[in-house]
Amino acid sequence: MKKQVYKDPMNVIITGVGGQGNVLASRVLAGMLVTAGYFVTIGETFGMSQRGGSVMSHLRISRESVLSPQIPQGRADVIIGLEPAEALRVLTRYGHPDVVALINSRVVYPIGVITGELSYPPLAEIESTFKKLTARSWVIDATVAAVELGNPILSNIVMIGALAKTALLPIDRRAFEKEIAKDMAADKCKINLRAFDAGAGMI
Amino acid sequence: MSNLLSPAGTKVLFMGNEAIARGALEAGVSVAAGYPGTPSSEIIERLAHVAPERKLYVEWSVNEKVALEVAAAASFAGLRSMCVMKQNGVNVASDFLLHLTASGTRGGLVLVTCEDPGALSSVNEGESRYFARMLEIPLLEPSSFQEAKDLTKWAFELSETIGNVVMLRSVTRMSHASGNVICGKLPSKFRQAKFDYDGPVMDSQTGPMISTPVVAKHALHQKKLKEAEALFEKSPFNQYVGPAKPQLLIITSSACFLYSQEAIKMLNLQKRVGILKLASTWPLPQKLLKKYLRLTNKIMIVEEVLPFLEENVKVLAAGILKELGIKTFYGKIDMTLPAIGELNPDLVAAALAKIMKVKYKLLSAAYAKELQEAAALIPAREQTFCAGCPHRASFWNIHNAIALDGRDGFVCGDIGCYSMAALSPATGYHTMPTLHSMGSGTGLASGFAKLGSFGFDKPILTVCGDSTFYHAVIPALINAQHNRANITFIVLDNAGTAMTGFQPHPGLTTSALKDVVPAVEIAAICSAIGAKVMIGDPFNLEATSKILTSFLAEKGSVKVLILRQACALSPEKKGKKIFDVKVNEELCLGESCGCNRLCTRIFRCPALTWDRTKKKAVVDEVICAGCGVCYSICPQKAITKTEAATK
Repeated sequence: MKKQVYKDPMNVIITGVGGQGNVLASRVLAGMLVTAGYFVTIGETFGMSQRGGSVMSHLRISRESVLSPQIPQGRADVIIGLEPAEALRVLTRYGHPDVVALINSRVVYPIGVITGELSYPPLAEIESTFKKLTARSWVIDATVAAVELGNPILSNIVMIGALAKTALLPIDRRAFEKEIAKDMAADKCKINLRAFDAGAGMI
Repeated sequence: MSNLLSPAGTKVLFMGNEAIARGALEAGVSVAAGYPGTPSSEIIERLAHVAPERKLYVEWSVNEKVALEVAAAASFAGLRSMCVMKQNGVNVASDFLLHLTASGTRGGLVLVTCEDPGALSSVNEGESRYFARMLEIPLLEPSSFQEAKDLTKWAFELSETIGNVVMLRSVTRMSHASGNVICGKLPSKFRQAKFDYDGPVMDSQTGPMISTPVVAKHALHQKKLKEAEALFEKSPFNQYVGPAKPQLLIITSSACFLYSQEAIKMLNLQKRVGILKLASTWPLPQKLLKKYLRLTNKIMIVEEVLPFLEENVKVLAAGILKELGIKTFYGKIDMTLPAIGELNPDLVAAALAKIMKVKYKLLSAAYAKELQEAAALIPAREQTFCAGCPHRASFWNIHNAIALDGRDGFVCGDIGCYSMAALSPATGYHTMPTLHSMGSGTGLASGFAKLGSFGFDKPILTVCGDSTFYHAVIPALINAQHNRANITFIVLDNAGTAMTGFQPHPGLTTSALKDVVPAVEIAAICSAIGAKVMIGDPFNLEATSKILTSFLAEKGSVKVLILRQACALSPEKKGKKIFDVKVNEELCLGESCGCNRLCTRIFRCPALTWDRTKKKAVVDEVICAGCGVCYSICPQKAITKTEAATK
């Protein structure tokens, strides 16, 4: 792959709710980039912090060195949101006017919203906020595509497919195929590739 | 498949914990033991995966003290061994550790403690570095992934050089972060175990492994620590990065080095601020510190949790005040940096900006204001039990039994995912007012139950997980039984050490190395001490409530209820629904139901949501795990469950 990241370091945040496959998405993405010759630093947390709460993986992509596993505020270049409110949460802390965002439209309601103590903003309002405060944003129905493929957990891979299509990062289908083949059984690879393609088709 | 065994020279992406595991393999570790705890668990897990290829013995021990004893036995027999735990584990192991450091070790023994500044997955911000000082052993703190590997390898050599334990401290942002590592060589020779003990008492290689004669051995211990200090003076792991004449010197270690580097770049202070990065933080290499303290009069110490490094550097500077002159120190003690919580590049940058009198503003005021306004739209997302979690059903049962009993009974809490019942009270239906260390729920219950003669007669309950039971509950339970403490003891048995990733424990039939082993049954242990034992399914609300209600009313001593249901995230359950659960909209009375929205307002399952337009409950099929418990709570029977088709 000859393409370069457009700045160094390139800061990517993948965010969602515990259980949505945040960690796998960050691992697959980072694996592809390491193979392409980059230094990649991932910052994330596991354990009880995952249980139903907000989760974040910080990826720093650089030609030069490893970096702090926490991205400073206002310095994310790409936000990948597996859940809309979580994407917005990350934007408000790590966004700047040049940030781009890729968001899964599927809402996961916080308990406080379910009980009626809190309210969840309308999706249209989240979308318009992203339009206003980012250089570019895409909202795609990744979970819908994943459910059609037979398993909602594939949403994260649909998002990776969509990310590849945006050409924001030097990753493509071949790199993805090679990366998942390292760890996954053949039948699993097949369904994951279909999820990747579904995502790519949404951009 | 593991890339932990990648050939020398390969560039791989390692989690900090994997880098530590690889470092141990490169050092030729033979035995590794530990108890699971975030953020440490992956080290033992990864080593267990490669045990056959690398001829290792790896075990999940019953607790951290035993793990250290297992590792020490290997060391006494001349093997290299490692013991792994989270910060709280060091407290558990500390009794043996104190004696072990007095007797000394033979084969390299590295104690890895992975700590959790900010308590991201802990109930405290424990700090083990003071143990290293108190026990007079070397302390190493890696500040990058490559260094995590290299320093671990070196720690084994150092341990053999000084004949004592070496402590390696990592933090969440190192252990659970990942970065590029270039692999080194894996040894091709393996050691054989041999334990000599007939030699002279002061001969560390052939004599008995004991701490006496205490004073003579203590003197030897201190002499060896001086040798470690001498090695630290010349260690390439201790590094200065920055200008020859900095205006400010940062002294730091661990992930804080990466934060400091980033903060300097953010503020463009590369020409004005230097960093002395220490990989060895106890004992301090005095000459090295002297050399760099001389560079400038302003020094900031960047570290997480307690001001350990700051205190020790200040003591050192005070000792050489005459030659060093007066310095201004910035850090936690003067509140330049927060005294609590984990650090990040922004917090270090804010401190630097203040000291160096520079401005740091990235965003325009207008954009920042818009972000702030957007932030106000976002609902908080509290942690909660997962959809299908057996703990939700267990606490539902416990709450209802306590309410029915009517004497304000309460639950003494313990450590596991079920701690959330205390951390977020509504999650545990306001039943759990205490939460401390592993096993202490049962000890507290034992104590509360003996306060009857002081006018305190509430029913006392306590809970613990299956792994926690073996770790530290057994002595407290025997105490309760022996002292006739009337308690209802509930084991939330979800078939594994669930919170940390399903590591096996003595109650299961597999070991860390995947050998088939006989289970040590919780029920049998409880029966053996004479307690009354019942076993239930938390998803069966009716039967469980009945047992609990009768236990609360019963006089006597320990009554045990083992609630068995595997964790919803366990490999055997994940993604497999028992039931398809739906809400029958015609039967759902919505807000006019007399139950006050029991299903969505009180029960608090993330999959059972509320449609604000229709004003009806609705099951989110993507999130629902199909446990079917909500079917049992709806008074209107509007929630239906049907056996899920097996995929």
